[in-house]
Amino acid sequence: MHELSLIANLFEIMEQKAKQKKAKKITYVKLKVGVLSGAVPELLETAFDIYKKDTIADQAKLEIEKVPLKIRCKECGTETIKSDLVLNCGKCRSTDLENLEGTELYLEKMELEIE
Amino acid sequence: MKKKEVMILEDLLGSNKKIAGDIRKKLSEKGILAINLLSSPGAGKTSLLEQLSEVLAPKYQMAVIEGDIETERDAERIRNKGIQAWQISTGGACHLDAKMIGKLFSEIPTDLDFLFIENVGNLVCPASFDLGENLRCVLLSVPEGDDKPKKYPKAFITSDVLILSKTDLLGKLPFDIERAKKEGLDVNPQMKVFQTSAVDGTGINRLARYFIDCLKELRRSHA
Ligand SMILES: Nc1nc2c(ncn2[C@@H]2O[C@H](COP(=O)(O)OP(=O)(O)OP(=O)(O)O)[C@@H](O)[C@H]2O)c(=O)[nH]1
Ligand SMILES: [Mg+2]
Ligand SMILES: [Zn+2]
Repeated sequence: MHELSLIANLFEIMEQKAKQKKAKKITYVKLKVGVLSGAVPELLETAFDIYKKDTIADQAKLEIEKVPLKIRCKECGTETIKSDLVLNCGKCRSTDLENLEGTELYLEKMELEIE
Repeated sequence: MKKKEVMILEDLLGSNKKIAGDIRKKLSEKGILAINLLSSPGAGKTSLLEQLSEVLAPKYQMAVIEGDIETERDAERIRNKGIQAWQISTGGACHLDAKMIGKLFSEIPTDLDFLFIENVGNLVCPASFDLGENLRCVLLSVPEGDDKPKKYPKAFITSDVLILSKTDLLGKLPFDIERAKKEGLDVNPQMKVFQTSAVDGTGINRLARYFIDCLKELRRSHA
């Protein structure tokens, strides 16, 4: 359950950005969470709700976009979205792969109230 | 009151990654190979380190950072082998992070060869935190069952080495070593696989030999 420390990092970034923009409130927060990010979206939501009390984001709505695992084969160039966890090329079965998406854990955007 | 949408695109683990990158750079420049050991509780990390110390310590300088939620026990086991060890008690946190390693940095002797970091016993959370290691090893012990890599993929996907531990128990428990290997290599085909037992000593020399090769390689690439 490391989601609480991830959310602590998130709030550090959020508060810093809100300050830069001279915002009064943060009303919406969007995260991108890869299936292989190591974080569980539901636990992030719970941690967010606990954490937001008494902060600039106390009314904020959290949206989480789940990102599937996407790989590109270095042998044949095929891009595959993987639903199982057998990491080989969907076309030629090569294991020489490049990870395109699915490990990210990003704060993508926020909506701010500015006076 | 105006509403305004702003794009941010910041990694929640960005600050950890940055500190870890600095640690890796500094250790590598000193020619120190850092090895992060991950596993569920009790898979045999400390026992493996005790056995490795017998092989490595006569010729190489090694030290160990022990991560646990509570107690100084694992660091004491390592010190009993005559090896320098620091205990990080996370006081509840389920993983080590790079900042915790950074705090110890000034105490780490500069003439070390190997810095082992034993993470908190947990097959999930530690996998998300880069500690600045050069090599990440995940242990999977025979009593845990051969189906774990796909159930806990992140630890295996992010590791360089898979250590199948407690092999003295093979045959006594329904653990198919070929299946364990295949499951591991399915999720991460690049992993090197070793088999070890801290009870009968199987595979300890081979693993030590591999770490020594990695150390030489590190020093070649930073010469
Ligand atoms: N049969 C057998 N038992 C082992 C082996 N290695 C460790 N054990 C036993 O497994 C138990 C746990 O070993 P540790 O070395 O403390 O495991 P650990 O991974 O360091 O545990 P935590 O730090 O608590 O996560 C102890 O009772 C050991 O004696 C092995 O190779 N074979
Ligand atoms: Mg231990
Ligand atoms: Zn291919």
